[in-house]
Amino acid sequence: MTTTEEPQEHAIAKTVDKAQYLVCVVLVVVGAFLIYDAVTLEAGFAKVDPVGPKMFPIVIGVVLILLAIVLAVAIPRGSVGEADAGEDVDPNMPSDWRTVGMLVGVFVATILLVKPLGWAITGALLFAGAATILGSRHYVRNIAIGAVLSVGSFYAFYSGLGIPLPAGILDGIL
Amino acid sequence: MENLDWLIQGFEQAATPMNLLYAVIGVLLGTAVGVLPGIGPAMTVALLLPITYNVSPSAAFIMFAGIFYGGMYGGSTTSILLNTPGESSSVITAIEGNKMAKAGRAAQALATAAIGSFVAGTIGTILLAAFAPAISRFAVTLGAPSYLAIMLFALVAVTAVLGSSKMRGAISLFLGLAIGVVGIDFLTGQPRATFGIPQLSDGIDIVIIAVAIFALGEALWVAAHLRRRPSEVIPVGRPWMGRQDWQRSWKPWLRGTAFGFPFGALPAGGAELPTFLSYVTEKRLSKHPEEFGKGAIEGVAGPEAANNASAAGTLVPMLSLGLPTNATAAVMLTAFVSYGIQPGPTLFEKEPLLIWTLIASLFIGNFLLLVLNLPLAPLWAKLLRTPRPYLYAGILFFATLGALAVNVQPLDLALLLVFGLLGLMMRRFGLPVLPLIIGVILGPRIERQLRQSLQLADGNWSGLFTEPVAIIVYVLMAALLLMPLVLKLMHRSEETLLIVEDDRDQQEKAAQS
Repeated sequence: MTTTEEPQEHAIAKTVDKAQYLVCVVLVVVGAFLIYDAVTLEAGFAKVDPVGPKMFPIVIGVVLILLAIVLAVAIPRGSVGEADAGEDVDPNMPSDWRTVGMLVGVFVATILLVKPLGWAITGALLFAGAATILGSRHYVRNIAIGAVLSVGSFYAFYSGLGIPLPAGILDGIL
Repeated sequence: MENLDWLIQGFEQAATPMNLLYAVIGVLLGTAVGVLPGIGPAMTVALLLPITYNVSPSAAFIMFAGIFYGGMYGGSTTSILLNTPGESSSVITAIEGNKMAKAGRAAQALATAAIGSFVAGTIGTILLAAFAPAISRFAVTLGAPSYLAIMLFALVAVTAVLGSSKMRGAISLFLGLAIGVVGIDFLTGQPRATFGIPQLSDGIDIVIIAVAIFALGEALWVAAHLRRRPSEVIPVGRPWMGRQDWQRSWKPWLRGTAFGFPFGALPAGGAELPTFLSYVTEKRLSKHPEEFGKGAIEGVAGPEAANNASAAGTLVPMLSLGLPTNATAAVMLTAFVSYGIQPGPTLFEKEPLLIWTLIASLFIGNFLLLVLNLPLAPLWAKLLRTPRPYLYAGILFFATLGALAVNVQPLDLALLLVFGLLGLMMRRFGLPVLPLIIGVILGPRIERQLRQSLQLADGNWSGLFTEPVAIIVYVLMAALLLMPLVLKLMHRSEETLLIVEDDRDQQEKAAQS
């Protein structure tokens, strides 16, 4: 959503949002990596390619670092980004990072398990896990919906689209 | 009347029973995701990209066309019944629409939105069919330097004009450009920024990035702030309009369309400005100005038409120049690429049947929306009561499925998580997502165009400024960067216009628009 910052700034009376320094860190890391990586490249050989493979990553990297500096200067002066609104977002609630952390955990488990266990099982666990974390207490129903979705999508992709999703330990059964 | 012949052929292609089925699926799916919070048309098209592996291009684009218009329509239902617009383009609709719904006139609000969308969408598509081929005929005569200038213009326009903070737009854009660097350099064949991972040498699949930023990022962000009690949905029967409602609606529909289409067709237009202009105009011209702020039907009819006409307008640069200017168009463009079709000014020459089928299916989709959605409105209202844990668990599930289907490798899921966290960060700190996606798509194309132009000019930088169109575009770009100064002066009057006396809710809306 596009939003103007002014009214918000007046309301909070110039509180400094220190968490924004995280954005600076990300920008510097990405920018520095691009520059480092570009320096290791062989320069373009031909005169007809004065740009070469290095220029784009280096320019982008430098600009990212410059933007990090500009942001770092702007933050103490009270520059705040307007957090995204939405139908289900309650902007007045403090951020619930515990829920986000647990969701990320479930997701990491999905990445690790999808090959050995297969999509049918992992997908069901992903859905059930996420629904439980988000506050649905009907554990059996969570698993049941997840299983229907994952097995259904497995077959739909296999026969409908010709994409074999990993079958894992259920190979041969499905 | 060559175009008309092509259009008729497009209709023949689009009207086969199988393709009509795809159109119906697209429209229903599009409306459903438009109604549901958390998912938009861009993400839905992104999740459906795997079908491009096995479905014919025309069928896929017929479905995408349905999703495109359906999503736009569904968004208005949410803002009217829930007063929490999901997209910035429906913020204005919510102002009067929700007031009408609270006053027991939800049926009329939905009806004027639906019929207005149909009118605006149809006129917009006619204008698209009229203008896009001409623009594309002009564009093919342009050389690489001009095309490079136009792409740079789109980049600057999306970043500098949309959104409130230029700095944050630029941060988002350059993060996108950085992601675009990953992969093999096309001239020297060296891997760049691939961390030595061979799977990354083709670059990071745009499907992964789109799904991660739109779906995963959104789901994680909502999870951090989930309302424990979902907001009140106003129950609604079948939409209908009385005689007086028609009389008060038809002019705003046409005026809204006139605002929306040109803004959509411009690379920097967006839907926020035309919907806002339409609202202000209707308020000024209305015979019932006292009703504004309490549920004036003109205030729904005009902005909703402007919103849809602007959506049709965004297809002009996409089909005639290969330039995406909104998120859904950007993802649709990647679908062209996955069919091996190079988007660009030559699209009308090389793939006339496909493009005209797409345009014909836009007409069909628009019509289907009207006939399906008027009776189905109560059902859509029920969809708004979907338990939120299931909704967001489902989004996570389908995001994972979509990313896994691209190459069937867990690495893609890891990338999905990384970019999903990036999307979360962007939402938390108010970084707009559109410049990032546009940067990922246009960055590599700009680099290629630049280096090819230079090759043609024997490595001479002055070769970039040989074409008059290129120079004009660079001048426009400079003007665009200076324009905010003017806009800033105008901004004050905009805000005061939108504020309706003694209404706090209204004022918050005004501050947000």
